[in-house]
Amino acid sequence: MSTTTGTTTGTTTGTPSGTTTGTRPSPTGARLDALAAGTDGTPGRAALVGYLPVGFPDVPGSVEAVRTMVAAGVDVVELGMPYSDPLMDGPVIQHAVERALAGGTRVRDTLRAVEQVADAGAPVLVMTYWNLVLRYGVEAWARDLAAAGGAGLITPDLVPDEGADWLAAADEHGLDRVFLVAPSSTPERLASTVAASRGFVYAASTMGVTGVRAEVGSQAERLVEDTRAAGAARVCVGLGVSTPAQAAEVATYADGVIVGSALVRALADAETTTGGLAALEAVTAGLAEGVRAAATARGDR
Amino acid sequence: MSQTQQAAVQRAGAEAVGTTDGGTTTPDAPPATQAVPTAPPTAPHGGASTGASRAVTDGQAAPRVPVRATGPLATQQGPYFGEFGGRFVPEALVAALDELDEQYHAALADPTFHAELSRLHRTYTGRPNPVTEVPRFAAHVGEGVRVLLKREDLNHTGSHKINNVLGQALLVKRMGKTRVIAETGAGQHGVATATAAALLDLECVVYMGEEDTRRQALNVARMRLLGAEVVAVQNGSRTLKDAINEALRDWVASVDTTHYLLGTVTGPHPFPEMVRDFHSVIGEEARAQVLDAVGRLPDAVLACVGGGSNAMGIFNAFLDDPEVRLFGFEAGGEGVTSGLHAARFSGGSPGVLQGTRSFVLQDEDGQTRASHSVSAGLDYPSVGPEHAWLHSIGRVDYRPVTDAEAMEAFRLLCRTEGIIPAIESAHALAGAVQVGREVAAARAADGATDETVLLVNLSGRGDKDVATAAAWFDLIDDEEPLHAGEGEQL
Repeated sequence: MSTTTGTTTGTTTGTPSGTTTGTRPSPTGARLDALAAGTDGTPGRAALVGYLPVGFPDVPGSVEAVRTMVAAGVDVVELGMPYSDPLMDGPVIQHAVERALAGGTRVRDTLRAVEQVADAGAPVLVMTYWNLVLRYGVEAWARDLAAAGGAGLITPDLVPDEGADWLAAADEHGLDRVFLVAPSSTPERLASTVAASRGFVYAASTMGVTGVRAEVGSQAERLVEDTRAAGAARVCVGLGVSTPAQAAEVATYADGVIVGSALVRALADAETTTGGLAALEAVTAGLAEGVRAAATARGDR
Repeated sequence: MSQTQQAAVQRAGAEAVGTTDGGTTTPDAPPATQAVPTAPPTAPHGGASTGASRAVTDGQAAPRVPVRATGPLATQQGPYFGEFGGRFVPEALVAALDELDEQYHAALADPTFHAELSRLHRTYTGRPNPVTEVPRFAAHVGEGVRVLLKREDLNHTGSHKINNVLGQALLVKRMGKTRVIAETGAGQHGVATATAAALLDLECVVYMGEEDTRRQALNVARMRLLGAEVVAVQNGSRTLKDAINEALRDWVASVDTTHYLLGTVTGPHPFPEMVRDFHSVIGEEARAQVLDAVGRLPDAVLACVGGGSNAMGIFNAFLDDPEVRLFGFEAGGEGVTSGLHAARFSGGSPGVLQGTRSFVLQDEDGQTRASHSVSAGLDYPSVGPEHAWLHSIGRVDYRPVTDAEAMEAFRLLCRTEGIIPAIESAHALAGAVQVGREVAAARAADGATDETVLLVNLSGRGDKDVATAAAWFDLIDDEEPLHAGEGEQL
C-alpha cells in the first residue's frame, strides 16, 4: 500500500479533496494523513471510522458510547443525526434512530453531543439526511457545527449537484464535506464528486444500504482505485463492514474503514447500559486490531 | 404527449404571451450578485444543462430558477420547477435515473413507442373515456353552474393510475429490465402495476405499509391474484411514506435488473416530468371533449391532489389558458388546525422528502410529520414539485377539503348521478361544491352572462371505498359486520 501512503501524505494540499479553501486545514484529512504516515515505530495504517447515532439509547448514553468507542480505538467519529426517513439505512440503524426519535431526540441534541465528544480524541463528522440541515438553515448549521467543534458532514442523500449552498458554507467555516460514490458511479460522476469532497470520499462497498453483511463487496477495491484515479487523496470504505477480518481486508487498500451497524448492534443487543458499553468496547477493540493488523501487511508489500 | 406539448407551445405562443402567468414565472430569481458556489462546476444530472443557480439566503434553501421557467407552463422539464424538484438521492441511484431520463426521451422521439402506448390505451385501458355532464349533482353546486366529469374511473383497474403504469412498463421493456417494484397506499397503484407486470411478463414486488395491508386486505389479494409479491413494510409509521422508503432501499440494491415504477409526480428527476407526461392524455382528451360539448373551454378545472398525478394530468392541457382557473384539493382530514390532515400547502412548508424538494409536512426540526386522511390515496406528507411551483407562482389554487366534506360529496354523487366515486376524487367533487358559486360570481362580476362550466377529474371509482363509506354512513347492521372490518377499502 505504499502508493496510498505516498499519495495521501505527499499531496494534501495539491489535490481537490485535500484542498483547503477555508480557514483551517481539513480536520479529518489531517487525521487520516497522520495515521497513514505513521510515526517512529508505528507503521502507517488506515483509519477506523465508527458510526453511532445521537440519542440511542438516549442522548447522554450516546455521548458515553461515542467516548467509549474512541477510547477503544476509533480514529474518526461518524455521529448520526436521527431522521424520520433514513432511506440509506438498513434495519439495525433504522431501529436505533426510531428509538432515538421516540425518546425525543432533537436536532440541537446533535450539536450538544458534538460539543461533548469533540475533545475525546477523534474528529467528529455528522452524518445527516439533508432535510434536517435545510430546515435548520445550511449556513446557520455550518456555523453552529463548526462552533461546536465538529469536523464536517457526511451526506447520504445529497449529491454535490444539489449542494452548492453547502459547498459554500463548508468553505466559509472550514468544514469537511464527505460525499458518497458507489459502484454505479460513472467516471464523470466520480470526478465531480471527488472535486466537491473535502476530508475523504466515502466509497459504498456495494449497491445497497447500511447493514451487517457476510462479506464486503468485491467491487469495493475497484471503486477505491477508480476514485483515486479520479483524483481523490483519501477514500474510506463503508457499508457492510462488521468483523475484524473484513476491517483488516479493507484496510489493505482503503484509507479508512467505516463501521456502523456492527457497533450499533453491540449497543442494541445488550440487556443493560453497562453491558452495551462493554460489548461496544469489545467490538471496537477487535475492529481496531483489524486495521492495525493490516498496517503490518501494508508495510510488507 | 408530444402532440399535447406541441399544441401547448402553439397555444402559448398565440394566447399567453404577456399574461400574468408568463410574467410571474421567475419571481424568485436570485440577484446575480448573491453568493455563487465556489465548487468546480459539475454537470447536473448527466450533463443536462439546467441553467440552475443557487444562492445562500439566510439559511433557507435557496431559490433556483431554470431557464425554461420563462417558457410555456405546460412544457416545463425537470429537474427543477422553479426552486422545487431536483434529485436528493443517494449517489448509487444517479446512474439509473440518468439512464431512465435518457431512455424516456429516446422513447418520446420514437413513433413506435407512441403507437404501442396508444394501442394499449385504446384496446386495454379503454381510452378515450368520456366526459359526463352531471346536472343533478350540479344543482347542488350553484345556479347557472354546469359540471362535467372526466371519467378516469372507467379505465381498466378503476383509476387514472394505469396511464402512467403502462407508459413506464413499456419503458422497462425497452431498458431490458425484468423486474419492477412499486409502492402503494390504498392499493390502486399497486394493482395497476401488478396488472401491467402480468400483461408484459415482468416480475413484480409491491411495497405496502403493514397498516395499509391490514386495511386493504382485498387489494392485497387482488395484487397476489395478478402474480405480484406484496411486502408488508413494518418500519416507521407503516404507511405509504415507509413503503416508498423500503422501495428505494430495494432499488439501491437491485437497480441493475429492476425499475422502480413510481406511482405519482414526485420523487427524483425524471419522475415528476415523466409521470406528468404519461397522464397528460387526461387533459388532452378532456380539453377536446369540453370544446366539443360546450363550444368553449371550461371556466375552471378541479382535481384532488395527493402526490398529484391525476391533477397534473388534467391541468397540463390548460396551464397556458389563462382564462381557465385551476383548483387542486388536498386532504384536509379533520381540519388543518387539528393537525390531522394531509394539507401540504396549508399546513406544510418547503423541504426535501424522498428525492425531491417540495412542500412537506414537517416539524420544527425537519422530521416528517404523519399525514391523515379518510382517503388513503391522498394520505402522503409531500406533494409533486411541479405543484409546489404552480402554487408558488399562483397558477393553481390549492385548498383543503375535510374528510366530512369529501364524504358528503361522495354521497351526493352516488345519489344524484348513480356514480360511486373514489373517496380521493370525492375531494374534487367537494371542491366543486366549495368554489362553484365563487367562480360563477367572479365571472358575473366580470360581465359574463352565460353559464359557468366546471370540469372535474373523476380520477377513480369507489368500489374500493364501499366498506369505508358503509362504516362512515352506518349502512351495515351491527349484527352483520362487514367481513372487511373498519376502514377497509374493497
